[in-house]
Amino acid sequence: MSHSALFTFKIGGQAGQGIKSAGLILAKVATRSGYGIFNHTEYPSLVRGGHNVMSVTVAAGKVAAPTQQTNFLVALDQETVKRHAAELPENGFLLFDAGSSMNTEGLGTNLHLCPVPLLKTAREIGNDLLTNTVALGAALALLGGKLEILQQLLAEEFADKKPIVVTQNQTAAEKGFNFAHDQFGKFALQILTPRPEIAPQIIVNGNDAIAMGAIAAGMQFAAIYPMTPISNIMHNLTPWQQKYRFIFKQPEDEIAGINMAIGASFAGARSLVATSGGGFCLMAEGYGLAGMTETPLVIIEGMRPGPATGLPTWSEQGDLRFVLHAHQGNFPKIILAPGDPEEAFRFTMEAFNLADIYQTPVVVLVDKNICEDDQSFPPFDISGYKLDRGEFSGGVRENYQRYALTENGISLRAIPGHDTFILANSDEHDETGFSTEEAEMRRKQMDKRMQKLETCRKRDLFSPILYGPKEAETTIISWGSNKGSILEALKVLDGVNYLHITSASPFPATTVKEQLSKAKHLINIENNFTAQMGGLIREKTGLEITDNFLKYDGRPIYPEEIINKVQNG
Amino acid sequence: MVENLNTSCFPTWCPGCGNFAIWAALKNAATQAGWDNANTALVAGIGCHGHLLNFTKITSFEGLHGRAIPVATGIKLANTDLNVFVITGDGDCLGEGGNHLIHSCRRNHDLTILLHDNGVYGLTTGQTSPVSPRGFKSKSTPFGNPDEPFRPLALAITAGATFAARGYAGDIPGLSQLIIKANNHKGLAIIDILQPCVTFNKEYTHQFYQENIYHLDEKYNPHDKMAALAKAWEWGPKQIPLGILYEEDRPTAESQISQIVPKPLVYEPPLRRDISELLKKYS
Repeated sequence: MSHSALFTFKIGGQAGQGIKSAGLILAKVATRSGYGIFNHTEYPSLVRGGHNVMSVTVAAGKVAAPTQQTNFLVALDQETVKRHAAELPENGFLLFDAGSSMNTEGLGTNLHLCPVPLLKTAREIGNDLLTNTVALGAALALLGGKLEILQQLLAEEFADKKPIVVTQNQTAAEKGFNFAHDQFGKFALQILTPRPEIAPQIIVNGNDAIAMGAIAAGMQFAAIYPMTPISNIMHNLTPWQQKYRFIFKQPEDEIAGINMAIGASFAGARSLVATSGGGFCLMAEGYGLAGMTETPLVIIEGMRPGPATGLPTWSEQGDLRFVLHAHQGNFPKIILAPGDPEEAFRFTMEAFNLADIYQTPVVVLVDKNICEDDQSFPPFDISGYKLDRGEFSGGVRENYQRYALTENGISLRAIPGHDTFILANSDEHDETGFSTEEAEMRRKQMDKRMQKLETCRKRDLFSPILYGPKEAETTIISWGSNKGSILEALKVLDGVNYLHITSASPFPATTVKEQLSKAKHLINIENNFTAQMGGLIREKTGLEITDNFLKYDGRPIYPEEIINKVQNG
Repeated sequence: MVENLNTSCFPTWCPGCGNFAIWAALKNAATQAGWDNANTALVAGIGCHGHLLNFTKITSFEGLHGRAIPVATGIKLANTDLNVFVITGDGDCLGEGGNHLIHSCRRNHDLTILLHDNGVYGLTTGQTSPVSPRGFKSKSTPFGNPDEPFRPLALAITAGATFAARGYAGDIPGLSQLIIKANNHKGLAIIDILQPCVTFNKEYTHQFYQENIYHLDEKYNPHDKMAALAKAWEWGPKQIPLGILYEEDRPTAESQISQIVPKPLVYEPPLRRDISELLKKYS
């Protein structure tokens, strides 16, 4: 089933051929020509060789998801043709190197085959690495784009390199553009023809958004051990630590990372850790330590398919139950689940406030697709954000009790260095913090800690968001990165709405139950084997959703699959 | 003054436990050096040593088993004005948390690690620890410990610690002075504190230590790394050296982070930051 509102350009080749940078530049040509974009990247867990592809889905309005169909394929190697040519519809485009021995036998006869001398042109200009830029120029001509916009972007892209790099890239783009224009101009489309009104846009993925959100929210300390898909959060943070005055520390392992962040937070710094499921396994003990000692902490968990090493560079939503239940015993956990980079940005900022207000760990649960897929948005506006440290004292307190019992469960937090005796204790403790094993105090401290979650439910609950008509025959329930594909599917589906759940704890049970009770037919869509959100809904509302669409092969759920599911069951 | 550092909690250690002496030495040192809630934080792991926090009126954080060092590292990075002490044991620091010890030494964080070294797991009622001698009989090794023990100071010096000393819980005044020197040192300082466990370690007793320890004299040069390593490997009859085995002047981790050199990180509260420059990168 095709989804005709969207146009998808895809470029594929080997790692090291500049696939990702070419895709990103084309995406920027699109946004600067007035279009919305969504980039999806697929790559194996290695640095050189292997098969890399990036798709750029373009439309006149907002684009929220990649598509299964590819309208325009640039193949820098045979593997790309083998794997992706079948995604091309009738009259689709296949652009490849005229000088290569590309085998195009057996492909649909109605394709526009566009051989362009990519390597030969690059070599003439003086650098084999320009191959992707020649292809980019050629593709642009066929998509009806403006060469000047591409030239400007190339100048910006290589601004910090030697001037010759810019000139060579611009020449490569121009030669590719002119060749394609002369040879295949009669097929040219108007996909990237500049629109009359062009609003400023940014192109960001979740890793960009989370790093920016943390910086905007006043984050002061981050400890991140490298792991796909969140390593780029670190790469986005590290260059800015002197300018914005925060500390980034690469720890020896995730256990050290979370414990360092807890120490920094205890000392008064807004603190962050980021990891994937495997690293979060190691953090599980620290997670509960933050809960027990009531130390604020923001944890970014970027999911990828497990168990163990799993599919390191692909995506899944298999850790919802894990972050809900990790660590022994019970403590208040706030778990937010953004559905795209814009939500990831806002939720990260909110997470810092919630961590400070409720003095407990806050998890922002994302997945590889949110972390690494780029999407265009209007520039983020933070003017509405008010930094809130909650019950916090930066000065001297007489007769201070770190764990004073209160009605809402929140005790005044003081920090070291102010002549106030503070005892934070991982053992069960009394109000001052001294270890105790008395039954009554244990009960009171447990009640106090867990009360914070109820206070949060009353004051700061993240309600689910309903998209589409208020009432509909069919309601789709989902969360996380499926949001985009579902929104794209809603554009073509009638009588369907979508309930986007954004908080797993505290869980918005009342709203979910109310909304789901209105629909005749419920479809739960998740990127995992066990319908983890479906299970949580049943646990919290008593409603059992029997119609599930579950995918667990590492690939995103595409709009076409959702349309097919709704229409054909 | 020492009484002022006591809390309402009464120590729960066994009568005769070496922890009493380490506790007294720490309080003496704090009183003499002026460490208090305004300038100091203690971080403990889990084990008999960790109970010390309950009895000492200095701001502190009792963390997880083996993870005191990273918590202390975070505190120090966030507030470099604090004297940050790690109270840890041989099971805590060398077993569960060994990785953190070697990396904190390598990075030379400005921390003072007090290693309560009793050669046995006491709180879990007597199992072999990473420094229990070979052949040591315990509940976990009824036929004798088959493993070689760590030499904690050799490990620390090799990993990059810039101050390595050994003290003895039977000498409170000497230990107090050693703790002050360790904290005055800029960089990762570790004191291996020999501490009898009167209940579960029948080999490393007060008598054993009193017969076999000796003090390094003025002729000993603590700035020679290889000589220090040789000293750190010494262990046997009349062959357990006490004092400062190694001292080196090397930039600390904290001194190399330019954004916290003028003043500690937490002296400025977090503020909403303008991200317009960042946004430009993405347009």
